[in-house]
Amino acid sequence: MLSVSPEVVAESDRSPYAVRVEDLSITYRTTFEKKPTLKQAITRLGRGQRAVKEIQALTDVSFDVKVGTAMGIIGSNGAGKSTLMRAMAGILPPTTGKVEVWGKASTLLALGVGFNKSLSGRENIILGGLAAGLSRKEVEERADEVAEWTELGDFIDMPMNTYSSGMGARVGFSVAVHMKPDILMIDEALSTGDAHFREKASVKMAELRESARAMFLISHGLSSISEMCNECIWLDKGRLMMRGAPDEVIDAYMRHVKVKKSATALEEM
Amino acid sequence: MTAPVRESTDFEPVYHHYGPHRAGLPPLVPYFRELWHRRGFASEMSRATMRGEKTSTFFGQAWLVINPLLLAGVYYLLITILRGGHDPKAFVHLTLALFAFQLVSSSINSGTKSVVSSGKLLINTAFPRLLIPLSAVRTAFFRFLPTVPVYFVFHLIFLTDVWSPTMLLSLYFLGTIVLFGAGLAAFFATVQVYFRDTSSFLPYFIRIWMYLSPVLWLPENVAHFNKTLLTIIQLNPMYSMVGGYTEALQEQKVPDPALFLSSGIWALVAAAVGFLFFISRERDFAVRLT
Repeated sequence: MLSVSPEVVAESDRSPYAVRVEDLSITYRTTFEKKPTLKQAITRLGRGQRAVKEIQALTDVSFDVKVGTAMGIIGSNGAGKSTLMRAMAGILPPTTGKVEVWGKASTLLALGVGFNKSLSGRENIILGGLAAGLSRKEVEERADEVAEWTELGDFIDMPMNTYSSGMGARVGFSVAVHMKPDILMIDEALSTGDAHFREKASVKMAELRESARAMFLISHGLSSISEMCNECIWLDKGRLMMRGAPDEVIDAYMRHVKVKKSATALEEM
Repeated sequence: MTAPVRESTDFEPVYHHYGPHRAGLPPLVPYFRELWHRRGFASEMSRATMRGEKTSTFFGQAWLVINPLLLAGVYYLLITILRGGHDPKAFVHLTLALFAFQLVSSSINSGTKSVVSSGKLLINTAFPRLLIPLSAVRTAFFRFLPTVPVYFVFHLIFLTDVWSPTMLLSLYFLGTIVLFGAGLAAFFATVQVYFRDTSSFLPYFIRIWMYLSPVLWLPENVAHFNKTLLTIIQLNPMYSMVGGYTEALQEQKVPDPALFLSSGIWALVAAAVGFLFFISRERDFAVRLT
C-alpha cells in the first residue's frame, strides 16, 4: 500500500485500469446517537441496552474501470454510493475484498469542504493540499490559482465561518480539481452553488475528464450523470445492480423506483 | 538500477492497494513512511491553529507567559500558606515543574479534541490520521517554549550560583515528556470519538494527577513515607519525568539512573499504546464523525 518505486510507476503507465474493485464488502459499527457520551453509555448499561448498530454498507461489489472512464454512480439514499467512493479513496479500508487504484485520487466527498472553520479560505486550501500529499512548494504554487478560481474576492482571506454554504462548496471544489488529480471523485458537489458556479464547475469537469485517468461522479441529478459520464453503475442496498451505458442504467433504475421519466425526476432524483 | 532521486516532500503515491486491515491495523511501515512524508501538513495545521488563536501576536504571546505565571503565583501562595513560610527554592521548583506539567496537560487536552474537531478534512481525504493529534502536540510544545526564558529569569534571580553542564540532561527528560504527551494525546483523541464528554471530565483527572506529581511538592518531602506508599508515588510517570527534569536543572548533579530508565520506558509505552490504539481505531473515524 502507498509504496512508490520506479517499477511500479512504469507499471501504472501500462495498466489499462484506473480502478479495480474485487469482492468489496464493507461493514462498520456506528451509534444511534449523533454525539455519543460516556454518560449516556453508562445510563444505557444500567438499562441493559446497546446503541451500536452494525451497518452492511457494501456487499460483494466487483467492477473495474478503464482509463478514460467517467463513471456515474446512482442509487437511492443509503445505497452505499458514498461508502464505495470512500473505499476507492482509501478513507475507509475494506472489510473483505480489495480495491486497487492506479493514480493519485482527489476527492470531494462531502458538501462544502470547510476543513477548519476558524481559518481563512486560503489557509484551508493550503491545508487541504498538504493533507492530500502535495509538497509545500506545489501547494503554494497552486494556492493562488485555486483561490482565484473560486471568485470569492476578499472573502478568501476571511475565516470560513463567515462563508455561506455555497461559498464553502466553491473552495472545496476548487481544491479538489486543482490538485492535478489522476482520479477525481466527486460526491454531490454540484448541488449547492449558484447557476454560475455550476456552469463553471461543469466546464472544469469536462476539462478534467480529458486530462484525468478517470472520474467518478455521484449525483441525484440524473441528467448531469447522463451528460457527463460515459459509464454508469447502479447500487441498491449495498449491491451492484447494473453496470452499463448511462442512459440504459438510468432507465432501469427509474423503472425500479417506479418514477416516470420527466424533467423534474432527472434533475432531482 | 539507479532510482530517480525524489525529494522526500515530493512524494506522490502512484499505485494504491487497499485491503482489509489485519487485526485492525494497516501495514505499519508504509503508514509511518506516509506519516513522515506528510509531516508538513501537521506543522501547517499547528501553525494555522496558532494563527487562528492569535498566538503569533504580541499579546497572544504575552498571554502564553502570563497565564502560567498567574497559575504559578496562585499555587505558590497556596504552598506558602500551607507551609507557613516563603521558600525561594520551592518557588523556582514550582514554576519549572508546573510549566513542564502544563506541557503534558495541554498536549492531552488539545490532542483529545483534535480529531473530532477536524471535521470534513477527515472524511474527505485519506492520510495517516495520527498527524492530527501529533499536530496538537506540536502546538502544545510551541506554547510551552515561551515559558522557558521566563523560567531562566527566575533561575538567575533565585538560583544564581546553580549552573552546571548536567543541566543539558534535562533535554532528555523534556523529550520523554513530549513523547509521553503525544502517546496520551493519541489515546484520548480516540476515546473522544466514542465518548464525546471525555474532554469535559479529563481536566479533573489531570488536576488530581498534578497534585500526585512532584509539582507542588519536592521528592524529598515524601522521602519519609513508608516503602509501599513511596513505590506507588514513584510509579506515577510524572514522578520520574518531572522529577528528573527539575533535578537536572536545579540540583547540579546527574539524576538517578532509575529516573532515566523509568521515564524512558513510560514514554515509549505511552507512545506505543497510544499510537497503536489510535491507528487500530482510525478506520472508524470516517464513519463516526459524519
